[in-house]
Amino acid sequence: MKEKAKLLDKDAVNRIFMRIAHEILEKNKGTQSLCLVGIRNRGAYMAKRLSNSIEAIDKAIVPVGILDITLYRDDLTLIAQQPLVHKTEIGFDITDKNIVLVDDVLYTGRTVRAALDALVDLGRPKSIQLAVLIDRGHRELPIRADYVGKNVPTSQKETVEVRLTEVDGSDEVVIVEKD
Amino acid sequence: MAQVWTRKDLLGLDDLSKEEIELILATAESFKEVSTREIKKVPALRGKTVVNLFYEPSTRTRVSFEIAAKRLSADVINIASETSSVRKGETLIDTGRNIEALKVDIIVVRHNYSGAAAMLARHVGASVINAGDGWHEHPTQALLDIFTLKEKLGRISGLNVSILGDIAHSRVARSNIWGLTKLGANVTVCAPKMLIPPGIEEMHVKVTSDIDEALGNADAVNVLRMQFERDEENAFPKQLEYFKKFGITKERLEKAKKDIIIMHPGPLNRGIEISSEIADGANSVILEQVTNGIAVRMAALFLVAGANENITHDNTD
Repeated sequence: MKEKAKLLDKDAVNRIFMRIAHEILEKNKGTQSLCLVGIRNRGAYMAKRLSNSIEAIDKAIVPVGILDITLYRDDLTLIAQQPLVHKTEIGFDITDKNIVLVDDVLYTGRTVRAALDALVDLGRPKSIQLAVLIDRGHRELPIRADYVGKNVPTSQKETVEVRLTEVDGSDEVVIVEKD
Repeated sequence: MAQVWTRKDLLGLDDLSKEEIELILATAESFKEVSTREIKKVPALRGKTVVNLFYEPSTRTRVSFEIAAKRLSADVINIASETSSVRKGETLIDTGRNIEALKVDIIVVRHNYSGAAAMLARHVGASVINAGDGWHEHPTQALLDIFTLKEKLGRISGLNVSILGDIAHSRVARSNIWGLTKLGANVTVCAPKMLIPPGIEEMHVKVTSDIDEALGNADAVNVLRMQFERDEENAFPKQLEYFKKFGITKERLEKAKKDIIIMHPGPLNRGIEISSEIADGANSVILEQVTNGIAVRMAALFLVAGANENITHDNTD
C-alpha cells in the first residue's frame, strides 16, 4: 500500500462539513423533524460533526444516531469470519422523520443498501437522504448521494482513505494504491 | 478481546480463552439492542437452518435458542427425544448425521450424557452448540450469567462470586466456574458436603459449607436449583432442611453486602433454595438473566455460523 495523493487536508474537510450543513438546512428548510444517522465507523463521527455545524448555523440541536450495518451485509456468507458486530444506537423514533444518512465514502453502494434495509426495520421515515464526504464512483447498485463533499474519479485498484481526528488523529483524505 | 471467532462449535467454556469469552460477551451486547426494536429481527442468518435437538426436557433454554435464531432470521426446527426416532433406538450420531443430511447448518443439542455435544460435533460438519451435557457444561447459561453480572457491575475481574447449591450435579456451576475464573473473578462454591464433588478445589475455587461465609463478602451469588429429580440414591437433604440451612432468605442476606446481586438459572424452587421475597426482590436479576439469554444465544449462533462457512468438513472419525 502506498499513498498516492492527498485529496483533502484538515481545512478542506472542515469547509466541506460546513457547506454540507448549509445544504442540508437549505434542502430541508430548517431542522424540523430532521435527524442525522451515521454509518459506523467514520460516518458516525461525521454525523456528529455535521450536527455541530448545523447547531452553529441554525442554533438548533439535531438528534444524531449511529447505525451498525454488519447484520445487513449481503456478503456475510462470502467472508471467512464474522466481522465484529457493534451496537446500533438510535435513541429516537425515526418514523416520520427526515433522515440524513451519513457515510465517509460512497463506492459500490452496497453499504448504503444495507443501511437502508436496517433503517426501515427501525421505523418508517418520511424521507431518507444521503450525505458522503467522497463519491468515488464504481456503483454496483442504483444509489446516489444527495450531498457530496467531493467527487473523485478513482481506479478500482485504489482505495480512498478518510481519516478523522476522532479515530485517526488528524483530518485528511488520501488515495492509496493497493499492491 | 479476540477479533475473530474461528471455532465451528461452542461446546464449553473450559476450551475457550479469555479473549474468546470476551468476544462473545461483546457481540451479545450489540445484539441486545435488536430485541428492544419494534421489528425484532435482523437478516444475518437468513437462509440458515437451526435444529434444536433436545434429549432432556427443557423449556427456557429451548425457547431462548428458538427466539434467538428467529431474531437472526434463521429457520428453526425443534426435535424432542420423546417424540422422535430416538425412542426407536437411533443413536445420537445417527440422528446427527440424518439431521445433517437435511442440510442443517447449526445443531443445538442437550443431552444427559457428559461429552455428548463434543462427540456429536466430531461426527457432523454442521456447527454444534452445547445446550447442556450431563453434569459437564452449559456454556450459554454461564455466558448469560456472566453477561448479566458484567452489565450490573461493569466488570468481572476482581468480583467475589459465590455459587450455591448442588455443585456436584451442576453443569451450570462448572461452566460458570471456568468462565468466571478465566475473567479474573474470585469464585466460592458452597453446598452441603455431600453435594460438593471431590477435587473441585483444582478448579481454583474456594470451597465451604458455611452459607454465611459464602455470602459474607460476595458481590453476587448464583443460587442453583436443587435438582431433586437427580437424587437417585436418596442422598440429598430433605427440602425443608435444605431451606433452613442453605436457603437464601431476607434474614440471611442482612449479613451480606447491601447491594448483593442474586442470580438463579431457573426454574425456581420457591421456599427450597430461595425465598419468594428474595426471588422477587430488589437484589434479584433473575428475569434480566432470561432477557440477556437471548442476546447471548444470538451471539453464539451468529459466531459459529460465520466460522463454519469456509471449513472443509472432515466427517471421518
